[in-house]
Amino acid sequence: MEDAKKLKRLVKSVWVFNWFNSCGFTEILPVVGSRWDMERFGMIPVASPRHADCLIIAGYQTEKSIRRAQRIYRQMPKPAVVIGLGSCSMSGGMYWDSYNTIKRLSDYIPVDLYIPGCPPRPEAILKGIMSIFREVEDHA
Amino acid sequence: MIMKVLLAMVVPVAGILIGLLYKGIDRILAARMQGRVGPPLVQPLRDVRKLLVKENIVPDDAVGWLFSSMPFVALVSVMAILLYLPLGITPVLEGYGDLILVLYLLIIPSLALVLGGFASSSPYASVGGQREMVKMMSYEFPLAIAVISVAWLLYSSGAENVFSLSVISGTHVWGLAGIPGLAGLAVIFLCMLFVIPGELGRIPFDVSEADSEIAGGIFAEYSGRNLALFYLADAVKAVAIASLAVALFLPYTVSGIFGLGGAAAPAADFLFHLLKVFFVLFVSSTVVRVVTGRLAISRVVSVYWKYPVILSFLGLLLIMGGTLI
Repeated sequence: MEDAKKLKRLVKSVWVFNWFNSCGFTEILPVVGSRWDMERFGMIPVASPRHADCLIIAGYQTEKSIRRAQRIYRQMPKPAVVIGLGSCSMSGGMYWDSYNTIKRLSDYIPVDLYIPGCPPRPEAILKGIMSIFREVEDHA
Repeated sequence: MIMKVLLAMVVPVAGILIGLLYKGIDRILAARMQGRVGPPLVQPLRDVRKLLVKENIVPDDAVGWLFSSMPFVALVSVMAILLYLPLGITPVLEGYGDLILVLYLLIIPSLALVLGGFASSSPYASVGGQREMVKMMSYEFPLAIAVISVAWLLYSSGAENVFSLSVISGTHVWGLAGIPGLAGLAVIFLCMLFVIPGELGRIPFDVSEADSEIAGGIFAEYSGRNLALFYLADAVKAVAIASLAVALFLPYTVSGIFGLGGAAAPAADFLFHLLKVFFVLFVSSTVVRVVTGRLAISRVVSVYWKYPVILSFLGLLLIMGGTLI
């Protein structure tokens, strides 16, 4: 119950930290920009994991980069949400048969939401984030 | 006496709310200028409410007591400034402090930022702290010259106690100066507007935070409640520095024009003061923040030490010349 109250406050102003090493990031930028404007919902990109409420991991991770992602997740103040962006974070995507690609992100980090697409459209990102808002509204 | 104590409690809280309100207006206006819709007006309040429920992390290597106490120091010192400033009404602590004290108090929040940054053990925050100190050295000089010029003008017109803020805001400086003095005052006012974004750490002078270079700089390790306190301190500081500019250069009131009396007069003057504060912040901070990018750290110093310093010296000379003629 206490957590639900916290989450309700949290979704009113989500500060996003991006961790990316692939094309998924190119679809985050328009969401920040003037066309899709995520600041309407109180969401702004921040530069330090310490300020972030939401970690967006865009695209595939390698054996090497996943360690950085885990470190970023540990540095974030809780409660925090992790979103996997793009098909690569779900299945390895087009790099599925590579020797050092992480096939499924949730084996390494507690992922709350996957947004599929290669890369996902800005609308898909907004829809995914909306579904988190609805989830919080329904459970609180 | 009871009235004063009550006001001393109400004014800082009102300052916080006004600061958050302007932050909301600022974000909406900036968004509209960029062709966006922008957040709702209460968004800064929601940000603070959210930060208060988040985990408050103190890094293992940080100097704990310094790291956790500096946000309080920053907020308390900016709230104290509001008690000395005439906010349309006479200052709450009138007679206990003057303009020089306000200038000193304005340094404390920046110093608190620097100390908090150094105490947080992060290399990003250390770089941010050094940059903040360099920036302070750059903007304090033109600010001091601007303040001295106004004091000189008041002194030469025969006013006593020229650094007292109620004397300054009770006198209409633009009426005292001759033609060269008017030009000088205009130049000095311009310098004051130039100083405000540096004092507040807004673009183009946000070198100490510099999101894309040093990951939030001074704030890199701050989270939760401590970050919320810095957020509030920043909001109040905007009101304080703009109120100072208004008290120095735009000390006009409306209650005399409409012939208001009793309790309506201070209320009307206070609202008009807010309008002037928002105008000053809009011109000097919001517009500038949208139309420019961040300056490199090496250019911040040269920009401040060239144009505003030279301009404000020019203004000082014009004002002195005007009074001697």
